[in-house]
Amino acid sequence: MPGLLKPLDIDGILDDRQTQIIICCGSGGVGKTTTAAALALRAAERGRAVCVLTIDPARRLAQSMGLTQLDNSPRRVPGVGDESGGALFAMMLDMKRTFDEIVEQHADPERAAAILANPFYQSLSSSFAGTQEYMAMEKLGQLRAEIDQDHGTRPWDLIVVDTPPSRSALDFLDAPQRLGSFLDGRFIKILLAPAKVGGKAYLKVFTAGLGAVTGVLSKVLGAQVLTDLQTFVAAIDSTFGGFRERADQTYALLQAPGTEFLVVAAPEPDALREAAYFVERLAEDSMPLAGLVLNRVSRTPAPDLSAERALGGAELLDESGDNPLTAGLLRLHAERMQRITRERHLVRGFTSAFPAVRVAEASALDSDVHDLDGLRAIGASLAEGQPTTLGSPTSLG
Amino acid sequence: MPPSRRSTAGGASDWEGVRLHVVSGKGGTGKTTVAGALALALASGGGRVLLLEVEGRQGIAQLFDTPPLPYEERRIAIAPDGGEVFALAVDAEEALLEYLDLFYHLGRAGRVLKKIGAIEFATTIAPGLRDVLLTGKAYEAAGRRRAGRTEYDAIVLDAPPTGRITRFLNVNHEVAGLARVGPIRTQSDSIMRLIRSPRTAVHLVTLLEEMPTQETIDGVDELTAADLPVGGVFVNMVRRPPLRPTDLIRAGKDELDPAEVTRGLKAAGLHPDESLVVALLGEAAGASERVAMEKRERKALAKLNRPTYELPWIPEGIDLGALHELAGALRQAGAA
Repeated sequence: MPGLLKPLDIDGILDDRQTQIIICCGSGGVGKTTTAAALALRAAERGRAVCVLTIDPARRLAQSMGLTQLDNSPRRVPGVGDESGGALFAMMLDMKRTFDEIVEQHADPERAAAILANPFYQSLSSSFAGTQEYMAMEKLGQLRAEIDQDHGTRPWDLIVVDTPPSRSALDFLDAPQRLGSFLDGRFIKILLAPAKVGGKAYLKVFTAGLGAVTGVLSKVLGAQVLTDLQTFVAAIDSTFGGFRERADQTYALLQAPGTEFLVVAAPEPDALREAAYFVERLAEDSMPLAGLVLNRVSRTPAPDLSAERALGGAELLDESGDNPLTAGLLRLHAERMQRITRERHLVRGFTSAFPAVRVAEASALDSDVHDLDGLRAIGASLAEGQPTTLGSPTSLG
Repeated sequence: MPPSRRSTAGGASDWEGVRLHVVSGKGGTGKTTVAGALALALASGGGRVLLLEVEGRQGIAQLFDTPPLPYEERRIAIAPDGGEVFALAVDAEEALLEYLDLFYHLGRAGRVLKKIGAIEFATTIAPGLRDVLLTGKAYEAAGRRRAGRTEYDAIVLDAPPTGRITRFLNVNHEVAGLARVGPIRTQSDSIMRLIRSPRTAVHLVTLLEEMPTQETIDGVDELTAADLPVGGVFVNMVRRPPLRPTDLIRAGKDELDPAEVTRGLKAAGLHPDESLVVALLGEAAGASERVAMEKRERKALAKLNRPTYELPWIPEGIDLGALHELAGALRQAGAA
């Protein structure tokens, strides 16, 4: 059969001690957080010491992992991995706190206090979209640093990361570099210029230009905003001198051996389109793609009864008026078969474009996942279920 | 406010007087589809509606099967009885340059800002400003006048998902906190006045599943706390299993009679082997479980006490025909 899906060996990745970081990315609403949690749980129960970093888990999913509060540090999930010798730690990202901690770490107390009180800092750290991406990467760097500590005491050897549902798919990849290049950029130098400009003649033209720019900014923003902004930029510039370096380190970490990206999608047009974009972007940035995780794949225990035959049968029964129960069952089955056909068609669109990408599938469930058993079932489905979207469907109803 | 161009033949809308319809919802619930259907529904009967996209995904172009939208208002669909839907994919950088030129006549200085990276700073490093520009564009379009009347009868904004919507809409309030005086302050105050007024409605799209429902409930709380006008709840992809209600209930309790199904399969000309019977009963049990879940979620949503509209699940997928079908359902239910 042409274009048969290449299965993604989930357990192989989880069991490989070389795997230190697994990053789950994908568009919103495809089950990214659930996938991250399910993989982390499975790895822990197979003997790994795992830390899962979630961004914004559904309440009951968070509760199932014992995450009742957002305290920005990993907590051990009780009882998990007792038999296998593994362990599961879970945490939710608190982006403001993560940002505050960086400031406190890098600035002397007086300067830190000034930054924390600056209105620009407060908006940037708590309410502006985009900060979440920066902070998720920052936190990942911190969690990863703990792996490098003394081997005897390190709490985990695998980190599974859920990524924020970014407006632009890979904001989280771009974020550290953007922040880095921004802090080294011309615009910052111009904002800082009034304090730095010397009397050299050749600078005159340049400073005249600067004057025009600050004039414009002042006109647009208002003088007081500009002053606040300049204060903020000056404080953050002197504090994060090495920010670009840090950003480069985080970026290199993502490309390093031991990191695996999983693109998560559902068999729906939008999700697959985003997935295609992710796969291309990861390749462009030389990021290691392990494969595609396809959630919510429809399956049937009766793949040999086609939609057409089921509908034909239902019509026959309608004519006689006998047995409306069976007519209903046949229609229900026909709907399921039509859905499976449609999903296969959509997935084929993806796999034809990316034939080398390996795929793992989890079947659609009839209810939500909100306990460890549910996560276990998803993990097992991903690890054991052979991709069916292009082959003949197996009986996994 | 000028009278609507549209006839009210379809009956009164629940949102008479609303100019800015903000459509949010959890990712994966079909936010863009609902925004598109709502725009069509609002336009039908002769209205002019602008559908705005702000996340750079080109979701509207895909939905209406047109080439990617440039930064330019284009007509993308005709609604019944002379209505028109226009669409615009808002680009933050372009919007900023346009805004600078419009309000400050910056021209060349605007280009200088772009050159030194200030525009990039404004739209990426300080992503809050991006939201200011995007909401600013919606505000501008909502108030724009042409030939003595407002250019559009309604603006439909395909907005960021529920998790970010309050922050997105409230960004001008944030800015107002940063800029205590000055032109930006004036602008953001006007935007907040529109967004907080009865001329705006923030609709939430959900599915009858636990996470989207919970997110909708949380979203309504957050919007209310932030003093933002909560609109309707749009329940998308509602399925109606083809089983009789009594059969569904019995399927959930494992009370369906395999012998009856065996007889039925024979009568239908199908080979009634036991595994097929078990498979069909298993599918029915799954459907029953799902319906029970939907019932729970519907109950939870009802507690919100908001106008609620159900949109049918369209198994063939969403194309223009399906969009018109959904728009018709919305009109029927009074959403437009």
